[in-house]
Amino acid sequence: MQWTTLFDIALGAILVNNFILAQFLGICPFMGVSKKMDTSIGMGFAVIFVMGLASALCYPVNLLLDALGLNYMRTVAFILVIAALVQFVEMFLKKSIPTLYEALGVYLPLITTNCAVLGVVLLNVQNNYNFIESVVYGITGGAGFLLAIVLFSSIRERLEFSDPPRAFQGFPIALVTAGLMALCFMGFSGLQIPW
Amino acid sequence: MNIFYAVLTLGVLGGVFGLMLALASKVFEVKTDPKLGMILECLPGANCGGCGYPGCAGCAAAILSKAAPVNACPSCSGLQTSRIAAIMGVEVKTQERRVAFVRCSGGEQAGHKFERYVGIQDCVAITKVSGNGTLDCSYGCLGGGTCVTACKFDAIHINARGVAEVDREKCTCCMQCARACPRKIIVSMPYAVDVVLPCANHEKGAAAKAHCAISCIGCRLCEKNCPSGAITVSNNVARIDYDKCTSCGICVTKCPRKLITDIHATGKVEPVA
Repeated sequence: MQWTTLFDIALGAILVNNFILAQFLGICPFMGVSKKMDTSIGMGFAVIFVMGLASALCYPVNLLLDALGLNYMRTVAFILVIAALVQFVEMFLKKSIPTLYEALGVYLPLITTNCAVLGVVLLNVQNNYNFIESVVYGITGGAGFLLAIVLFSSIRERLEFSDPPRAFQGFPIALVTAGLMALCFMGFSGLQIPW
Repeated sequence: MNIFYAVLTLGVLGGVFGLMLALASKVFEVKTDPKLGMILECLPGANCGGCGYPGCAGCAAAILSKAAPVNACPSCSGLQTSRIAAIMGVEVKTQERRVAFVRCSGGEQAGHKFERYVGIQDCVAITKVSGNGTLDCSYGCLGGGTCVTACKFDAIHINARGVAEVDREKCTCCMQCARACPRKIIVSMPYAVDVVLPCANHEKGAAAKAHCAISCIGCRLCEKNCPSGAITVSNNVARIDYDKCTSCGICVTKCPRKLITDIHATGKVEPVA
């Protein structure tokens, strides 16, 4: 395995195929917790954490399903794995690293139902990533989420003080903003790596 | 046969995860003090931040760890505080009830630089307009409603004259409005006192007079006539020392600007939403 492959995956997950702005996964927390910069940073790091762990844990589960010939059960099995994992991580952090637990706060259980996490494990399978590639894809996918939500929240903080037409106030203008950001990120789709 | 395998696999997976979680909940059990929940129940739950801790849960944890006194919550009534004290097993002296007070009554009586302000309805934004806000007086309440949004208890409103006014019955003195106010003219005062002096204008008499119809001009009439020596004029504005004030009301009759008022005599001005 080459470092360049990993770099490819990382760059792709953060910029080119950004989970939110290019693949439109995980829009719910993207809209929900992006009102303030500090909460969005908390959510972003929680997503990185869970996506990385979920990628690692779902890899052996997928091997098991493959061995049994139950490929069509992936989605439901992965949901089970993610839900159990998030619960377990929450308990573990509460006991061992209470500071991290407090920093992630309410966002950790919220991630259970985040489709970006399910998306990353399913894409790992689809793209035939091996274990290390899966983990890198998970962590960098989370980093892409962090980037998008932090950029978006800083724009939304400024939107609070703007004066859009009445019909656009609140969520509509936020959705328009997200759409424009997605357009901007489309600019990365032409990115070419010279090797 | 396939469906049998599918059910079995998912069942086994679910069972294994369930068992692991059950084990983990025992292994990683964190014991929380039952007192924490009891204290949290006594707190108002508004998460106003008046205590300086992140929300009521943070305050409860601080009280429990003795980092904060049992009366750390400024929004709690005496009854609530005494219940917290009972949980913690300590005595607490009842504190005098205090409320927030806006040191301005200018509003439409103060000079305005513009006929009408149409910008962002936020005091911080208004202070950026035309040098130092839309008022001639650079100390007065701008009426932008930043304190109204800051209040978690619906206890401060912009009244009909365009000045923020505290609803003394609802106010819990958490002083979030004072933190939000860019003019820093919201202070705390005892609830029981009747006499107020709603002006914070530090300009000299003539300037203060020119900028607002009911400003304090620092004439010292109230200071000279106060029998208990509770009023002092410094920096061209009079202030009442509520430790000495007996609410006798002499200053109310002496004030040539009709600025010092008896709260209960004037009654409340109807707030505008």
